[in-house]
Amino acid sequence: MLNYLLFIATMGGLYGLLALSLNLIWGGAGMVNLGLAGFFAVGAYASALLTTTGHAPILAGWALALIAGGLAGLVVTLSTTRLREDYLAIVTLGFAEVVRLVAANEIWLTRGTDGISGIPGPWKAALGTDFNPVYLVIVLAVLGVVFVLVRRIDRSPYGRVLRAIREDAQVAQVAGKPVLRFKAETFALSAAIAGLAGALYAHFMSYIAPDLFLPLITIYIFLAVAGGGTGRPAGALVGAYLLMLLLESARFIVELIPAISAVQRAALKELLIAVVLILVLRLAPGGLMPERIPAAPRPQTQGKP
Amino acid sequence: MTKLLDLKDLRRAFYGLDVLRGVDFSVAAGGITGLIGPNGAGKTTLFNVVSGLVPPDAGSIWFDGQEIGGLAPDKVSRAGLVRTFQVARGFPKLSVFQHLMLYGRDQPGETLWQAVLGSRAARDREAALAERAWEIARFLRLDGLIDNPAMALSGGQKKLLEIGRALMAEPKLVLLDEPTAGVNPTLRNEIGERLLELPRRGISVLLIEHDMGFIAELCDPVIVMAEGRVLAEGGFEAVRNDPQVREAYLGRRAA
Repeated sequence: MLNYLLFIATMGGLYGLLALSLNLIWGGAGMVNLGLAGFFAVGAYASALLTTTGHAPILAGWALALIAGGLAGLVVTLSTTRLREDYLAIVTLGFAEVVRLVAANEIWLTRGTDGISGIPGPWKAALGTDFNPVYLVIVLAVLGVVFVLVRRIDRSPYGRVLRAIREDAQVAQVAGKPVLRFKAETFALSAAIAGLAGALYAHFMSYIAPDLFLPLITIYIFLAVAGGGTGRPAGALVGAYLLMLLLESARFIVELIPAISAVQRAALKELLIAVVLILVLRLAPGGLMPERIPAAPRPQTQGKP
Repeated sequence: MTKLLDLKDLRRAFYGLDVLRGVDFSVAAGGITGLIGPNGAGKTTLFNVVSGLVPPDAGSIWFDGQEIGGLAPDKVSRAGLVRTFQVARGFPKLSVFQHLMLYGRDQPGETLWQAVLGSRAARDREAALAERAWEIARFLRLDGLIDNPAMALSGGQKKLLEIGRALMAEPKLVLLDEPTAGVNPTLRNEIGERLLELPRRGISVLLIEHDMGFIAELCDPVIVMAEGRVLAEGGFEAVRNDPQVREAYLGRRAA
């Protein structure tokens, strides 16, 4: 039971990272990334390959995942700059599918649908049964660092420009802001965070395969961010953990219903999740923690430090 | 009299329709220049071309000693030429304060690494801009609404905020597209009064307006456009009595 809770807490942390990643661009700059699972996969594969086939240390794998995710994000945004904004969503969706299909078919590199097994975990042999709690601490530490980072961006002049771009990119440009630079940087950073989450996932599970990176993950993260509150890092984080809680508890709830088949149970679980999200958005349209407008600093209280 | 903005033979067509058919005029530094003309004369298109939203087909735009024709809008803006929109456009969910702060120039905190790490330069600039934003908000009597999102402002308050944004940006020239459109007469007078502050702060103004009283009070000189060209230029009285202008506005028979 303890291991199960640790598993949920760790997965919740990884979803939390993905939610922060999505919130940065979606809540921040109004860009939609339907290919989150693809960037997640890029990071997972980059780190897994470097540490298994490449025999590199795990930290090097994580660093590569960050870089690979960021570069992939940069390529995707820069290739869509001449298109209208909704096309970014379509391109990212396509990107995730391409990543999955490449992983499934470039067997020489990714071992295809067999997946990559034996991905090393940090100090796994020495820790034995303590591996899970230690890994949870690592994930939470990374989550904490990323949270502080995105919240600082959120509250900075940089974040203000991102919001302006979200509201009206053309007016932001007329206000003198190089919109493309802001979009490309933010998207790359967001994709790098997703890549890092992928790497953390790979070394936690010790096994990855193409069908672990289905678009459903992306949808879940959208639910988490929308339910928790777009435009607010804390909301995204709360949303991710609530989603995890919901996904897991739905499993137990449907078990209680007698006389239905396993397939029906699975369908019912999805239905339950949908109903909860609709209720949340009906009762709290801005999510559980809606975006707040920061108060202007009052001049009287503005003492010199 | 130095020419701040100098347009030469500016042309732009949309779908084969010539909207700007060789516009020539210049705006002197230090005053409020009016741009009038009947609907469809090409005034707003001219603003779009000058501010970089729409590239010109031909002709040149000289601003403050450099050619800006075809530059991206953010570069035009950073060169010191800021515009507003006919229907006040802003960022609905950003507060009055955030709007003003956004228009501040040279913000070190707008680079990613300084946003994350924080820097003394970024903090100092932010504090200086905040002080200015408060001062401008008080001047426009928007200080009571400073934390309100723009979507909660009335049409007139949005127009005032546009002036505030222009003040905040400290441009050399601001293009105002109908600053009093849809505004009641009391607020109209207030906007006019506030506008006079712009040249006092070294900001020249080129404004489109349909309210002739407003033009007569504030603008000198006045440029009249019709059918994609400049029809007349000069003081308001002279322009008003120009037979060509009367014809353009009222039709041949009435003139």
